[in-house]
Amino acid sequence: MAFIKEFQTVSEIKGPLLFVEGVEGAGYDELVRIRTADGDLTGKVLDARKGMAVVQVFEGTFGVSKQARVRFTGDVVRLGVGSDMVGRVFDGLGRPIDGGLQPKPEEKLEITGAALNPVSRSVPQDFIQTGVSTIDVMNTLVRGQKLPIFSGSGLPHNKLAVQIARQATVKGTEGFNVIFGAMGITSEEAKFFIREFERTGAIEHSTLFLNLADDPAIERLMTPRMALTAAEYLAYEQGMHILVILTDLTNYCEALREISAAREEIPGRRGYPGYMYTDLATLYERAGRVHGRTGSITQMPFLTMPNDDMTHPIPDLTGYITEGQVVLSRALHRRGIYPPINPLPSLSRLMNQGIGEGKTRDDHYGVSNQLYAFYAEGMDLRNLVAIVGEAALGAKDRQILKFANDFEDRFIRQGFHENRSVEVSLDIAWDLFSEVPETELKKIKTQFIERHLKQKGKTDGSEGNSK
Amino acid sequence: MPGIQMYSVVRVGDMGLVGEVIRIEGEDVFIQVYEDTSGIRPGEPVEDTGTPLVAELGPGLLSSIYDGTERPLVILKQEGDYVVRGISAPALDRKKKWKFRPTVKKGDELDKGAIIGEVKEFNIIHRVMLPPTIGGKVEKIDEGEFTVEEIVAVVNGKSLTMMQKWPVRIPRPVRQKQDPNIPLVTGMRILDALFPLAKGGTAAIPGGFGTGKTVTQQSLAKFCDADIIIYVGCGERGNEMADVLHEFPELEDPRTGKPLMQRTVLIANTSNMPVAAREASVYLGATLGEYYRDMGYDVALMADSTSRWAEALREMSSRLGEMPGEEGYPAYLSSRVAQFYERAGRVKTLTGNDGSLTMIGAVSPPGGDFSEPVTQNTLRVVKVFWALDKRLAQRRHFPAISWLNSYSLYTEEVADWWVKGVNPQTTILRDWASGLLQKENELQEIVQLVGPDALPDREKVILMVGRILREDFLQQNAFTDDAFASPQKQIRMLEVVKAFNTYAMQMLEEGKSAGDLQVHDAVPRIARLKEKMGDEFEKEATLIVGMVV
Repeated sequence: MAFIKEFQTVSEIKGPLLFVEGVEGAGYDELVRIRTADGDLTGKVLDARKGMAVVQVFEGTFGVSKQARVRFTGDVVRLGVGSDMVGRVFDGLGRPIDGGLQPKPEEKLEITGAALNPVSRSVPQDFIQTGVSTIDVMNTLVRGQKLPIFSGSGLPHNKLAVQIARQATVKGTEGFNVIFGAMGITSEEAKFFIREFERTGAIEHSTLFLNLADDPAIERLMTPRMALTAAEYLAYEQGMHILVILTDLTNYCEALREISAAREEIPGRRGYPGYMYTDLATLYERAGRVHGRTGSITQMPFLTMPNDDMTHPIPDLTGYITEGQVVLSRALHRRGIYPPINPLPSLSRLMNQGIGEGKTRDDHYGVSNQLYAFYAEGMDLRNLVAIVGEAALGAKDRQILKFANDFEDRFIRQGFHENRSVEVSLDIAWDLFSEVPETELKKIKTQFIERHLKQKGKTDGSEGNSK
Repeated sequence: MPGIQMYSVVRVGDMGLVGEVIRIEGEDVFIQVYEDTSGIRPGEPVEDTGTPLVAELGPGLLSSIYDGTERPLVILKQEGDYVVRGISAPALDRKKKWKFRPTVKKGDELDKGAIIGEVKEFNIIHRVMLPPTIGGKVEKIDEGEFTVEEIVAVVNGKSLTMMQKWPVRIPRPVRQKQDPNIPLVTGMRILDALFPLAKGGTAAIPGGFGTGKTVTQQSLAKFCDADIIIYVGCGERGNEMADVLHEFPELEDPRTGKPLMQRTVLIANTSNMPVAAREASVYLGATLGEYYRDMGYDVALMADSTSRWAEALREMSSRLGEMPGEEGYPAYLSSRVAQFYERAGRVKTLTGNDGSLTMIGAVSPPGGDFSEPVTQNTLRVVKVFWALDKRLAQRRHFPAISWLNSYSLYTEEVADWWVKGVNPQTTILRDWASGLLQKENELQEIVQLVGPDALPDREKVILMVGRILREDFLQQNAFTDDAFASPQKQIRMLEVVKAFNTYAMQMLEEGKSAGDLQVHDAVPRIARLKEKMGDEFEKEATLIVGMVV
């Protein structure tokens, strides 16, 4: 691409957009450098037509005048990637901010990333143990999956992110390399992550891309793509298993809306652009595994639901793309339960691939379904009791209600540093089941009930005798 | 570009990206490109191919996987794991030889679209047809092994191969449409027994995310009794398509014992693949479906999800600066939806055979709100509505299809088939079950106010039987043997539950309490009845009925 030209023909500056006149042959998505009196900025071409180019400036247009010199580079935005990126901290555009030098790039990759041929994908099916009961037993994560955390303002999702990043393992393998992409989070939050990563030594196999709250909003549109480009290189070229944590997607979508408004596009729901589904898909769909390659990319994007509303376009469109969601509940949080994961609206679509005999345990599937059924019934009863009082319930209903309470207290609740194996989590469930009538365990195959409940009953009994 | 036509396919730029003309305004032509346009510059050439977007039709479609413009993804994979821009490959293998056996002879006078010969495509007889525009005297026809590009016959002066091309946006002609009165048996009890779909009918499955649209569609693709399945993954997840690709070649078709993949064509245009190709993908699916229908087969098309198709329309419309209708969708959304579903039907083909194309579209309403335009426009044209309910999904009641909000307008049309072929009691049992579920729902509302203990025993029994119907009949696990229940099994299960209901009511009159009935030995047996298969099922069903006389 020999075309490199500099123009000093900015005709209009609007929000993060520059309108440059007299440009012939600028390419869509082309990387642009802007020289101003205060220093250099970067951007990309959003719109190229005869004699005019619209440039989106990543750093924002503060201090840009019509005298700015705009140079079209003839190339698209790329990230230099290499294996020595691991252990480093970068800004939202991939420039080191940890005091070190720019790592030597082994390749320079386009950050937009092409679509993976569905035929090349292999099915994600390796169980990831996060050590969190509600995830491992009821919303199992598998390698290559994208499972977002739907949170709300003030809920402890950062703690949960750190706990998962620290604990996640696949049986019989080493842990994950973590790529952490921050979009518009506060420096305080960023510090929490860095401190936790350093404290546990996780930083040595992590790569951080940080766009903080006071960084330019438009740069946020680049940050996750930088992180995912690095992830793809490390996973598919270097054979690493990568866990990508992106937070907070809500800030990303706000930036998308800002650009869309500046371009005066016809807005979709709540002012977000109509193409937001497709745009988010180009991020989320970069999770997966590829036939014939060792590495994998597992994604855990975090987003805060505005006003805890799951039907808001950001969580809604996300849920339609990702393979499930883990939903945090304010009600559980208020009751002091950590992690406040509400299993009922949560879901992992790829769960069935990763559980069962040889992967977790043969009773896993039934146990999970039974927990769901009882907890859902228990929640209904809790609502009913609020109106008619507990006295109106039959004996069986009272047992289910108690089950729901115990379930929250013993199964959902666990410590920030408590790393439960999936077997331990399943055994807690059987412990809870032992307090409801056996005939009610309709979701579990009889043979598992025999094995887990009756054997347990026997051992409990013999202990009782010996005491 | 003078003389260029609407919907003509063009090649754009030095990379030769494929696009389609979507508006002509004076000297300007607007092109929607099927691929990412990064780096395309003003001044690059555009070449008109002179034809609209066509599908290649012929032997070799089955078990293939295509993108929205019929590029074979397995072949593209040879170029790398990513779908890079500008690459293309023919949809049908040009080298493979097929054994062609003529069914007409020299001198025969043929109607347009007539069948001229047969090719074996896996287990399916692929009937080679004249294009619907060509008929006349057979001047030459040969038996032997041919590729899809070699001439097998000359009819009315035209040399014909086994391959024909058809513009995807235009329905293939038929002689006439017929009444859909044969059910498409799916093996899912809530669908077959309560809300049946007919062969050649249309159905919509709307539901928020996580309610099980995809699992339901995949179950239908696996177990429904169509001859050919066209599965369109329209703007959905890559990993899900990978799952289908992984699973279908291994699963057996319950009727033929052959891998399911051999009766299936997959069209995969995942959410991160170009939007314009997503828009085209549903039409490609309909065209492939009509092609096999014209051979005289029962074809079922699953489109997951039509909302992504509608969104692609919206995205393109908005880029054209068209005046938006409701929620930003173009004003022609409703006519496009109607046109699409109108391609379904049970027909007499041009050759006089019976064939059908059934269409089942998933809808993904934002926020699970059914009042949005795509759901509403779809419901105006389809005859079956399978409403997914988030509350059911959350308590893992699957399939999470609401028995209160769903409906089927084919119930009466297909009743005859059930009554004559399965069980004369079908209609009675069905009406009883839906009536009881309705009654149970009303009682549940009262329970919310007064608690269950305040109800009289008779009502308590209705609640109990309602629960049995919901949990032990309607719930069905797509990942166990119970995923497919034969029509006979479905009706027998209803008989068992009804027998228990009759018995329970009688016992109340004889002075027993609802509490006594709740602990009756038959109850846990009914709960596990669905796990039983074959003879064991019938033995158990007879035993339970014996317990409650």
